Amino acid sequence: MSSENSQAQLELRHITKQYPGVLANDDISLKVEAGGVHALLGENGAGKSTLVKIIYGVVKPDTGEILWDGKPVQILNPSHARRLGIGMVFQHFNLFDTLTIAENISLGMDNPGDLKTLATRVTEVSEHYGLPIDPRRHVHALSVGERQRVEIVRCLLQDPKLLIMDEPTSVLTPQEVDKLFETLRRLGEEGVSILYISHKLEEIRALCDDATVLRGGKVVATCDPREETSKSLAEMMIGSEIPVMQREASGDLGPPVLEVKGLSVKSDDPFGTSLKDIDLTVRGGEIIGIAGVGGNGQKELLQAISGETPVRDRAAVSIDGQACGRSGPTARRGLGLAFVPEERLGRGAVPEMTLAENTLLTGYQSGMVSRGLIRFGHKRQRATEIRRDFDVRSAGIDSEARSLSGGNLQKFIVGREMGLSPKLLILAYPTWGVDVGAATAIHQAVMDMSRQGVGIVIVSEDLDELFEICDRMAVIAEGRLSPVRNNGETSVEELGLWMSGEFDDEPSGAGAETSHAH
Amino acid sequence: MRIKLEPRVAASKWMSYGSPAIAAVLTIFFGAILFASLGRDPVQGLYIFFIEPLTGLYELGELGLKATPLAIIAIGLAVGFRANVWNIGAEGQLVMGAICGGGVALAFHGQGGWWVLPLMIIAGAAGGMAWGAIPALLRTRFNANEILVSLMLTYAAVQILGWLVHGPWINPEGQNFPETRTFEEWALLPELIEGTRLNVSAIFALVVVFAGWIFMTRSFAGFKVNVVGQALDAAKYAGFSQNKVVWVSFLIGGGAAGLAGLIEVTGPIDQLNATFAPGYGFAAIIVAFLGRLHPVGILFASLLMALTFLGGESLQINMNMPKAVTGVFQGMLLFFVLATDVLIRYRIRVVSRTPAATGEAG
Amino acid sequence: MSEAEIINLIVLTFKSAVPLIFAALGELVVEKSGVLNLGVEGMMLIGAVAGFIGAVTTGSIFVGMLMAMAAAVLVSLIFAVLTLSLLANQVATGLALTIFGIGLSAFIGKPFLGNTIEGLQPWAIPLLSDIPILGPLLFNHDPMLYLAVAAFFGVSWFLYRSRGGLILRSIGESHEAAHALGYPVIRIRYLAVMFGAAMGGLGGAYLSLVLTPQWQEDMTAQRGWIALALVVFATWRPSRVMIGAWLFGALTIVNFYAQSQGVSFSSHLLATLPYFATIIVLVLISWDAAKIRLHAPAALGKPFHASD
Repeated sequence: MSSENSQAQLELRHITKQYPGVLANDDISLKVEAGGVHALLGENGAGKSTLVKIIYGVVKPDTGEILWDGKPVQILNPSHARRLGIGMVFQHFNLFDTLTIAENISLGMDNPGDLKTLATRVTEVSEHYGLPIDPRRHVHALSVGERQRVEIVRCLLQDPKLLIMDEPTSVLTPQEVDKLFETLRRLGEEGVSILYISHKLEEIRALCDDATVLRGGKVVATCDPREETSKSLAEMMIGSEIPVMQREASGDLGPPVLEVKGLSVKSDDPFGTSLKDIDLTVRGGEIIGIAGVGGNGQKELLQAISGETPVRDRAAVSIDGQACGRSGPTARRGLGLAFVPEERLGRGAVPEMTLAENTLLTGYQSGMVSRGLIRFGHKRQRATEIRRDFDVRSAGIDSEARSLSGGNLQKFIVGREMGLSPKLLILAYPTWGVDVGAATAIHQAVMDMSRQGVGIVIVSEDLDELFEICDRMAVIAEGRLSPVRNNGETSVEELGLWMSGEFDDEPSGAGAETSHAH
Repeated sequence: MRIKLEPRVAASKWMSYGSPAIAAVLTIFFGAILFASLGRDPVQGLYIFFIEPLTGLYELGELGLKATPLAIIAIGLAVGFRANVWNIGAEGQLVMGAICGGGVALAFHGQGGWWVLPLMIIAGAAGGMAWGAIPALLRTRFNANEILVSLMLTYAAVQILGWLVHGPWINPEGQNFPETRTFEEWALLPELIEGTRLNVSAIFALVVVFAGWIFMTRSFAGFKVNVVGQALDAAKYAGFSQNKVVWVSFLIGGGAAGLAGLIEVTGPIDQLNATFAPGYGFAAIIVAFLGRLHPVGILFASLLMALTFLGGESLQINMNMPKAVTGVFQGMLLFFVLATDVLIRYRIRVVSRTPAATGEAG
Repeated sequence: MSEAEIINLIVLTFKSAVPLIFAALGELVVEKSGVLNLGVEGMMLIGAVAGFIGAVTTGSIFVGMLMAMAAAVLVSLIFAVLTLSLLANQVATGLALTIFGIGLSAFIGKPFLGNTIEGLQPWAIPLLSDIPILGPLLFNHDPMLYLAVAAFFGVSWFLYRSRGGLILRSIGESHEAAHALGYPVIRIRYLAVMFGAAMGGLGGAYLSLVLTPQWQEDMTAQRGWIALALVVFATWRPSRVMIGAWLFGALTIVNFYAQSQGVSFSSHLLATLPYFATIIVLVLISWDAAKIRLHAPAALGKPFHASD
């Protein structure tokens, strides 16, 4: 479909972009054929997002040339990009919660016309491409999948010739991914080119007909992904063999370290999700994964377990056999809880404090404070140990947390929490945005810790990750928790179905029974 | 060509000391321009403003006398500002401290002893704390904005003081001036250096600065305050209660301001009157920022701010300029401190580029 | 109380609400763009003194009003440069603007203390002002009062009916998203701050040109702060700003009236009423945190620095 057309829709020649301390893009060239689906592949930090921002006019390249329809252009700003016919669906949606869908779409267009006419067109276009949305609804009431539809419809309304999609499937259920691909293929048939950014190799093999692989800001390979294997693509991406986690069978399970019984929480955030009657038992020595599309109550569940939002019913949460529903985080840590939160900077670590100071953030119950005063020696020693044991790359323990890369900061936080010798370790999205090397190191550490008898809960949107590491799995959807299944007794399809809320509530305690059978 | 901010990899140590100095220099420079634009000799103006108040022992005593309450209040406020708790009602807490402490002196009029002064100090600090507790309570229980509440309470406190000195507490032997009896001997702070009005409160200030230093840089409670201020989510995650920090901030800030108010009325004024409150509660906000919320910095900043008060008076006497020039200098100083603060985390680059380079010109 | 007296009190209420309406509507637009400017009191004082000086020296109230707006915009640019370009803390910088405004206005107003001008006269609308009761109540006011009402309609239309208003609100909701869509966040915030300052300046000028046509130090008497409280009270909605401003206007007038009638209560304690009323109103409105969350601009007070 694209081969006979010798002229590329978009061509980049020798694009270079230097940031202070980082060469984000180093002499990058690539071609996107008209009507083709071109994959841009690379690890976090490989330079994908900088390159995309350059194409969309958000960032200016230092040197290099952009050809659009064969003619050189200088893309001045996003509005200019849109006028040329470039549409972009961001990974972090650029939507405004308190505005309606129609208003949101209008903001992303240069000549939206009046809102009523626009609303009619939104309905038409969304139905034509199988992406139904109601333009009058407010964005804060939408699911993540629906939000993505808004972003896509916004682009389609402007008849783009090129659609850039940045990690579009990371927020979707497997079934939603299939639907998205149908839409994308249809667009391809209508002559729209697609630049598809992802690190999910199976998807790229299924969808794309060209691929450019980036590593460290440089193009390291171009290929036809349909002729490659996932393994070969991954090796191009990380530049070496993929590190493999050593999986160990789970041994004898200890007593329950976390028991959640009939937990219901009404969210006080108007944009939040309320939890409904959640039951979950985690025993020492096992890893339980909780899958689900973001915004389905993960945040609320994590906060109810960590104690950041204590609940009314004391018995709704027990840690190591002690009912602690009403206690705060300090008391729960005292019972043996450690927690790696979803956001690293600003939550797991204070950005403008040093690693040593950030050690104190959760380590204050382990000898770093004496009679109200900080014991600086203890604090620094602990920080030095974490840095050494978890291979945290930083200038030293006096580096500010914000100066670390995502992967290194995550290793520091995981190391800090594991160093508290917990009985129960909760990890939220532990490898999100982390490079493969660091992700494997984190998975290995989690696996080792569980086999020493620690109970572990992992909340993640990444099903591959959960299948790789967990012993048992459940899904959270619309604030409800699905039944818990042993790994190997469930499938991506079943979990995918559950992620859209299609499961029956089993009688409470079902989770515990499964674990006895285990 | 345009000016661009570039984030530094780490905060500049050098700039965190250097930026207040740059701000002071800029203030002096623009002060000179101000004098020149008014047709006054800038060198003479600056001399009278900045140097004249330092020429003599008595004058230095005055400097210490004014710096004392500023330093005490600013230390208290800095705790809150570090936590993003905006107590800007220190002036009202100061007035309440003076009312409560002064009230003790009046209550024991004619029947006092050595114990009156310590009791006044306690009452003063407690009065300030109580007035500070109101915004803390309303913020933690009802989510009411502490900036507006603490400020409104300031004006209410000033009116309450007016009511007291016009009515119930008016000096029965006076000539109907809005003022109380003068305090007796045992209700006054002892002098520290002969030939000056400097009293023992200067020692209180040094103690407060030292205690503030321990609290902010060495204590776990101070660490919690810093975490709440820099990353609220991290504080929640760690289990540090924001509400507790709000309370701690307002009690420390209110107590310090109350103490300063008491010091003011038992020291140089030795009575309560309707207009004693000199605006130290507001000036201390500037002191706290000028000292970059660090106790040692605050100590120096309080001396500089005291100088602007004395300089303003000196200009009024020697050059017949309005006293408001003090406010202009203080406002400029704070602007420059805030402006130069950016240098600690950012580097300023001048880049030459086509004007269409980006939409964000700033 | 006679009918004429009652009408007079209501008219006075309308008048004393005007400075609050200008200042609070201006601040509302600023906050909707995501910027918290606590310098309203300072900008109003600058407006009051500049407006008065302009009117005294040129003899024209109109020129006074223009000068009030221009001067307030000028000092607000200090705030804008510091917070928007140099990323200074908005709370601290706003306070600095107020401290600076109090000092500067006292300083430049000193020579004009004691001067008087003839204030702005009412502007009776032909025919309508002759209607009994409604005429004097609604159609016999000074032009600035009409302007304040027009400003309400203008701001409401702009925020909720125009594309510019939609863009402004989107920036206050999420500056990152607005930036990614290509909107000039910083430039629009500069414009919003300048608009807020012009309105604050007008509010101040109303005091020195109409309400009490003279210049006094600190003559705003905390109205800038009350305007800030009104924006919260109104949960960022213009129509509620109007209601709030009239309520506070009424409170001021009741206070004056009680004193003029020789109420045997301390004038000092009476003077605390508006402050305590503000606090009570704030508590009542802020109680429901979820409601504030729904209406407050999400990016309010947060600095924005484009990373490229």
